[in-house]
Amino acid sequence: MNARRKVMAYSWIWLVLLFLYMPILVLAVYSFSESTMIGSLRKFSLQNYITLFSVPELKRMIGGTVLLALGASVIATILGTMGAIGTFYSRKACRRGVEIANQIPVVNADVVTGFSICILMIVFWHVDKDTYIPLIIGHTALCTPFVYLSVMPRLQAMDPFLYEAALDLGCTPSQALRKIVLRELLPGIVSGFMTAVTLSLDDYFITTYTKPAVFDTISTYVVNATKGAQTQIKTALWALSTVIFLLVLLSVFMMNAVLGQKSDKKH
Amino acid sequence: MRFSRKYLNIPYIIFLLLFVIFPLFVICYYAFTNGQGEWTISNFTDFFTNSKTLGTLFYSVLIALTTTVVCLLIAYPTAYFLAKGPFRRGAVWVVLIVMPMWINFTLRITALKELLSALEGNLAYHPFFNTILCMTYDFLPFMIMPLFSSITKLDPQLWEAAQDLGARRWQVLWKVIIPMTMPGIISGVTMIFLPAMTNYVVLDMVYNSTYIMGSLIGSYFNAYDWHNGSMISVVLLFFIFAVYAISSHTAEQQTIQRGGSAL
Repeated sequence: MNARRKVMAYSWIWLVLLFLYMPILVLAVYSFSESTMIGSLRKFSLQNYITLFSVPELKRMIGGTVLLALGASVIATILGTMGAIGTFYSRKACRRGVEIANQIPVVNADVVTGFSICILMIVFWHVDKDTYIPLIIGHTALCTPFVYLSVMPRLQAMDPFLYEAALDLGCTPSQALRKIVLRELLPGIVSGFMTAVTLSLDDYFITTYTKPAVFDTISTYVVNATKGAQTQIKTALWALSTVIFLLVLLSVFMMNAVLGQKSDKKH
Repeated sequence: MRFSRKYLNIPYIIFLLLFVIFPLFVICYYAFTNGQGEWTISNFTDFFTNSKTLGTLFYSVLIALTTTVVCLLIAYPTAYFLAKGPFRRGAVWVVLIVMPMWINFTLRITALKELLSALEGNLAYHPFFNTILCMTYDFLPFMIMPLFSSITKLDPQLWEAAQDLGARRWQVLWKVIIPMTMPGIISGVTMIFLPAMTNYVVLDMVYNSTYIMGSLIGSYFNAYDWHNGSMISVVLLFFIFAVYAISSHTAEQQTIQRGGSAL
C-alpha cells in the first residue's frame, strides 16, 4: 500500500474515533471541575464524584440498574442455555419453531417489545407493576434470545460423540450434560451472559413501559434528568459517564490480557 | 418420564409462547378494539387520515433513511480501512471503534448534546442536522461491525484478479468489492433503519420532541390509551417484519452483534 493511501486510512480512522470519543472525553474533563456547562472551564473539583456516590437517589438508581441487569441476565442465561441445548436435540419442526420465535425480540423494535409486554402483563393480566415482575420478565425477554444465539453455534461445533462417549464410560445423562456438554459450551454461555448484561444496562424502552413508578435505571433517570433543571444532578451524571467509560476501558484491557494469555499458551 | 436432553427447552418454549408470541396477539386484539371492547378498525382509519400522524410517519422514515445513508457513508470506508488497511494490531482499532457501544446510550447522547450546545449556542437553529448527527453518533458502531466482518472475509485475490483482467480501481470497488459485501451492507442497514425509526429517546433528549413514530406509542402510553398505542405498535410491527423479510433472504445472520459481544 502506498504512502498516500496509508495517510488517508489513518486520518479517516482518527476522524471517526474523534467523532466517537470527543463528547465523552470533553465531558470527562469538565466532570473534574466546578463548571456547570461546557465552554467555561473552572477550578478543579471532585464535587461531582462526591455527589454521585453520596446522594441516596443516585446510589439507589445505580444499584438498581446493576442488580436488574445481573438478575435478568442470570435468568436469561439459564433459560437460553437450556433452551438451546433442548432445541438442538429436538426434531426439526420444533427447532424451526423455536428459531423463529427466538428471532422475534431480536428484530422487533424495543419500543414494541416493551409496549406489548406492558399491555399483556399490566393491562390484560393486571399484574401490579410494583412487584417488579413485569420489569424482570421484560428484560429477560429482551436478553434470552441473544444467549440462545451465542450458545447455539458452540453446540453445532461440538463433537457429537463426546456425549455418547461419556455415557459409554458410565456417566448418567445428567452427569454427561453437566460435566461434558456444559463445559464445552462455556465460552458461548459466558459471551451470552455478557451480551445480556450490556443489553439490559443499555435498555430504555422496556424499562419505561414496565417499571414501577418509584424505580429508575440509569437510562430512564438520565432522560428525565436532562429535562430537569437540577444542575447538581446534571453534572453528577457527567461524573457517572466518566466512571462508566473508565470501567469499560478497564474491562476491555482485562479481556484483552486474558485472551492474549490464552493465545500465548496455544503457541 | 425418563430424562432426555430435548426436554430441557420446555421452560424456554413456555416462556417464548407466554411473553413473546402471546403479547403480539394481545396488541393486535387491542389495536382492533375500542374502549368498550367492540371490534373496530377506526384506530387505523384515524391514523391514516390524520395529517399529524401521517406526517410523523413520513418524518420518521425520512430521519431513519438519512441516518442510515450517513452511517453507511461513514462506516463503509472505516470498515474497509480496518479490514484491509495498513493497521498493525488491527484488533485494537476494532475494539476502540466498538467500545462506545458498551457505554449507556443516554449518557453518550447527553455528552454530545452538551458539546453541541457549547459549539452552536442554541440547538434550535439546525434541528434536522442535529437530529441526524445525534442518531449517527448513537448508531455508527452498529453499522461498522457487520461491514467489517463481511469485508474481512473478502479474498484479496479477487480484486487482484479483477485488476489483472483490466478493471480500474473504481471498477473494482463498484463491481467486485461492493457486490461481494452486500450481505454486510444489508445487515447493517436493517440494524440502523429500524431502531432509527423508533428510537425516540434521542429526539426526546435533544429537543423534547415527539415527532417520531416511537414517541407516539410513548404519548399514548402516558395517556393510558392502550388501543391507539397498540395500533401504532402493529403498524411498526408490519414495517419491521416487512424489512426483515426482504433483508433476511440476503443478509447473514449477524443480529447478535447488537450486544457487541461478538468480538
